[in-house]
Amino acid sequence: MAERPLASALRQGLEALGGGAIAKIRRLGFAARFFVAIVLNSGTAFRRFRLTIREIYFAGVLSLVIILVSGLFVGMVLGLQGYDTLQRYGSSDALGILVALSLVRELGPVIAGLLFASRAGSAITAEIGLMKATEQLAAMEMMAVNPIARVVAPRFWAGVISMPLLAALFSAMGIFGGYLVGVRLIGVDEGSFWSQMQSSVDVREDILNGVIKSLVFGVAVTWIAVFEGYDAPPTAEGVSGATTRTVVTSSLAILALDFVLTALMFTGGNGK
Amino acid sequence: MKRSIIDIWVGVFVAVGFAGLLFLALKVGNLASFSTAETYQVQAKFANIGGLKVRAPIKSAGVVVGRVSNVTFDNESYEAIVTFNVDAQYRFPRDTSAKILTSGLLGEQYVGLEAGGDGVMLKQGDRLRLTQSAVVLENLISQFLFNKAAEGKDTKDKDGK
Repeated sequence: MAERPLASALRQGLEALGGGAIAKIRRLGFAARFFVAIVLNSGTAFRRFRLTIREIYFAGVLSLVIILVSGLFVGMVLGLQGYDTLQRYGSSDALGILVALSLVRELGPVIAGLLFASRAGSAITAEIGLMKATEQLAAMEMMAVNPIARVVAPRFWAGVISMPLLAALFSAMGIFGGYLVGVRLIGVDEGSFWSQMQSSVDVREDILNGVIKSLVFGVAVTWIAVFEGYDAPPTAEGVSGATTRTVVTSSLAILALDFVLTALMFTGGNGK
Repeated sequence: MKRSIIDIWVGVFVAVGFAGLLFLALKVGNLASFSTAETYQVQAKFANIGGLKVRAPIKSAGVVVGRVSNVTFDNESYEAIVTFNVDAQYRFPRDTSAKILTSGLLGEQYVGLEAGGDGVMLKQGDRLRLTQSAVVLENLISQFLFNKAAEGKDTKDKDGK
């Protein structure tokens, strides 16, 4: 008799675990199929490019200020901190290398991606989620307009196009910030700042890899954002939960993908 | 908002974004000096290459004339074979010598070329005969210590006589 409640508790626990796992896997599969559907239905986004341009305005142009200002400050902090560390070893001339490499390889794509996720990704999720909650998506389907082609794909491609540009601007602004602090404020030699930077930053190894990183982050962030919006329960609570999940999931995705990409890009080069 | 205003802003955004990329490529990455020009390949054997890495610069008279393309180990002579590409616009005599040098005390290592006097120029696939290995600081220090020790013994011997 004493085993009965224990067995049923165990059974309930296992049931909850299994149900949770199946729901997660189903959601993952839905997300993957949704991605395929976006790619297959993206003809409209390019044929009627004006739709995408409108979304680039909302996702990219309106993120410019936050990206430029944070890039400037990150670069300025790098300049200060880098100088403080480098001058102990008498190699403050290498400040340009430190600022440029850390921005172009890591900080540019990652911080721009995080900012983009919280500034544009959350907006995309909230917009699509509300469209679904107010049955605008259903109304479109009634009018034989495919909501994935008309609403989702333009937002997706706008994010994918905007992200590398924003990351490049972030890096450029950061290097300018590092220049302002390092050269103008502290007085590192201007010539060695730029020439050492130029001699050790490689166009293909560093800059192109940074652009590839930001492109991957752009795909990941906007994919998560449009999926969470499309999948959101059509209630106020559901939309707010989906927006939160977008920011959390895409931030984690950026950091995890960054590790994988860095491991692929910058460690294999040593043996070559 | 009016369509044309959105178009203008997106145009500005894309233009500024590409300007940023261009800035990174030209001013930071120095694409201008990244030449896809013709090169010729030359090999050199070194007893010890120290910390020389692939893509290290080849310099002559302080000017970068090429890059290291490959470093391998020779199983027969137990030496390192360094292969490097020299820009086709720079030509060197056949008896040019190669040294592994270090820029500054903590700087990176590079290959320095010193032109010889031969009338025949190096061509694709040639091998440099005269090479000088990298200076390994530990060897230098131990040599110095041995010399010092030997000196000390000498003076002691003299005193004893």
